[in-house]
Amino acid sequence: MDNRFSPDAATQLGIYRRMALIKANDERSRKVIRSGRLVMPYYSPRGQEVIPSCISACLTDDDYICTIYRGTHDMLAKGVPLRDLWAELAGRVTGTCKGKGGPMHITHPASGVMVTTGIVGSSMPIANGLAWAAQLKGDGRVTIANFGDGAANIGAFHESLNLAAVWKLPVVFVCQNNEWGEHTAYDKTSNVPVAARGGAYGMPGVRVDGNDVFEMYHAARTAIERARAGEGPTLIEAMTYRFFGHVFGDADGYMDKDRKAAAVAADPVPRFRTHLIDSGIADEAQLAAMEAEIEAALDDAVDFALASDFPEPVELTRDVFGEEVAA
Amino acid sequence: MSRGAALAEGKSNILQSVNAALADALAEDEAVLVLGEDIGDAEEGGVVGVTRGLSTRFGEHRVRTTPISEQAIIGAAIGASLAGFKPVAEIMLMNFTTVAMDMIVNHAAKLRFMSGGQTNVPIVIRTMTGTGFGSGGQHCDYLEAWFAHTAGIKVVAPSSPADAYGLMRSAIDDPDPVLFIENLPTYWNQAEAAPSGYRVPIGRAKVLAEGRDVTILAYARMIQEATPALAQLAEAGISAELIDLRTIAPWDRETVLASVAKTRRLLIVHEAVTPFGVGAEIAATVGEALFGQLAAPVKRLGGAFCPVPFSKPLESAFAPRTADIVAAAQTLAAHL
Repeated sequence: MDNRFSPDAATQLGIYRRMALIKANDERSRKVIRSGRLVMPYYSPRGQEVIPSCISACLTDDDYICTIYRGTHDMLAKGVPLRDLWAELAGRVTGTCKGKGGPMHITHPASGVMVTTGIVGSSMPIANGLAWAAQLKGDGRVTIANFGDGAANIGAFHESLNLAAVWKLPVVFVCQNNEWGEHTAYDKTSNVPVAARGGAYGMPGVRVDGNDVFEMYHAARTAIERARAGEGPTLIEAMTYRFFGHVFGDADGYMDKDRKAAAVAADPVPRFRTHLIDSGIADEAQLAAMEAEIEAALDDAVDFALASDFPEPVELTRDVFGEEVAA
Repeated sequence: MSRGAALAEGKSNILQSVNAALADALAEDEAVLVLGEDIGDAEEGGVVGVTRGLSTRFGEHRVRTTPISEQAIIGAAIGASLAGFKPVAEIMLMNFTTVAMDMIVNHAAKLRFMSGGQTNVPIVIRTMTGTGFGSGGQHCDYLEAWFAHTAGIKVVAPSSPADAYGLMRSAIDDPDPVLFIENLPTYWNQAEAAPSGYRVPIGRAKVLAEGRDVTILAYARMIQEATPALAQLAEAGISAELIDLRTIAPWDRETVLASVAKTRRLLIVHEAVTPFGVGAEIAATVGEALFGQLAAPVKRLGGAFCPVPFSKPLESAFAPRTADIVAAAQTLAAHL
């Protein structure tokens, strides 16, 4: 279709680089946790690589995102440096947040990652405020509010979408529907697609295959350009699948084995890799070199993180307020 | 409670003082925003008129009426503050903060710390409350202890027009979230007006009357109940010192401890229920600091430990009154 946004070759390579980074980072995370070198709560985004990779391909460094505890894919796609990220995951003073936030609370304003919340649904009300700021300043920034299908059933979803629509805010609500809200299947918690709710607030609501780069890119770019043009918010429901249990160590006994096997067999990362080679955008050697570079960067980031110092106990009283205040 | 009485020369009331502080801050700093339910002039400038005139003067883009969506209100304030604005968000009644607690406690209060100081949340949350208007169990609680129990948020509760102006200006200046508690029944009480630009430092109590025998520490409407107690105690030969705490978190240990070191007796009065309240924290701190110097155990007076009742005689009996304060101070003074 002529009216569809389609990523050019360079953009496709950029999207794949992000996807490969997210996949490799996930594999590395689980490996490092299993090795006992690092203890952290870890919510794998494996299987959801396409969504933020396409979104970030349509954003600038100045655009904002808010994400959630299952959010390393969003952070990496937006550009949080690996060393800073891993040092934060390891609770080190060299981390994005001096080790005081941890995996569920990464903030990195330099790359536009303004809030990572551990509370289901809480990315949305704050994203509205960032978008309101952009609207007031007229600086053209767009804010992305990432959340899962589980968050679509919390009150903050309704309050946020309604306010964003009424105020015509430059925000895009991205529901990454991975079919699971913690241990409960989506079809057990809602009678309608999340996207169908957009109309209830007077905004476009689109459901797309969030594992298909071309579908996802078109939806993301359409929504982002609409927001940037001052035409208001969009709700995107990006259909995907969570390859692992809710949190690392969760044996995922509640997930249907056949469904999971089918989703893993359709892994979007190798699928898009094959497309790049088949379409002549890249060759095997080029992609292998890119992947090797990512592995090397991960080696460096993990080593840097684990060699870094932990924060001093004095940090307990710092950053509570701008000036230290006696308890 | 003479609503709408004309202001005398040089006088103001709390309602007008908050309005003036917001107007002056909006005029001086483009980053200041005001948002909340019913706050615009199309909605009569707030349910009691605290924000009247602001949207007309500064525009609806800066003084913005919201849907009835407390999470969205605080979330919008937080997000805008992360991007450089200084929003003043109104949560109409303190009980309605309960539906925005996630935004206030998990986010506004914690983002500076959790980000390692990369971001901060310079917002003010205005909210009104207080018994006396027969609104029953869900419209007039004093819940300040919940917020004072949370690291990362400051809590102020002025009792006079000048303090309301000065604390609001300081709260807007402050780089961190400040909960600003307004007392509904005393909105229209007139007293000295603050000069434009006046600031009351956050964290500083005020000695309203000096005395030798007993310290009465109160805040918000309890100042109105405690003030007449001073003359009655004087008639009984008791010299009472009255301190308005003004800031609940972080509270002014220095002023309170100095006073109690002098009087050796402390009576704490608040409208909030007594158990696990602000009085408990202050009593414990005074006990730790002045054990052995006290002539009497620290005494607390607070609201009855029940939901605020509707029936007038019950509501009147709920919160401490002047007679209760006099009696409690006399009991303390009897300890020699």
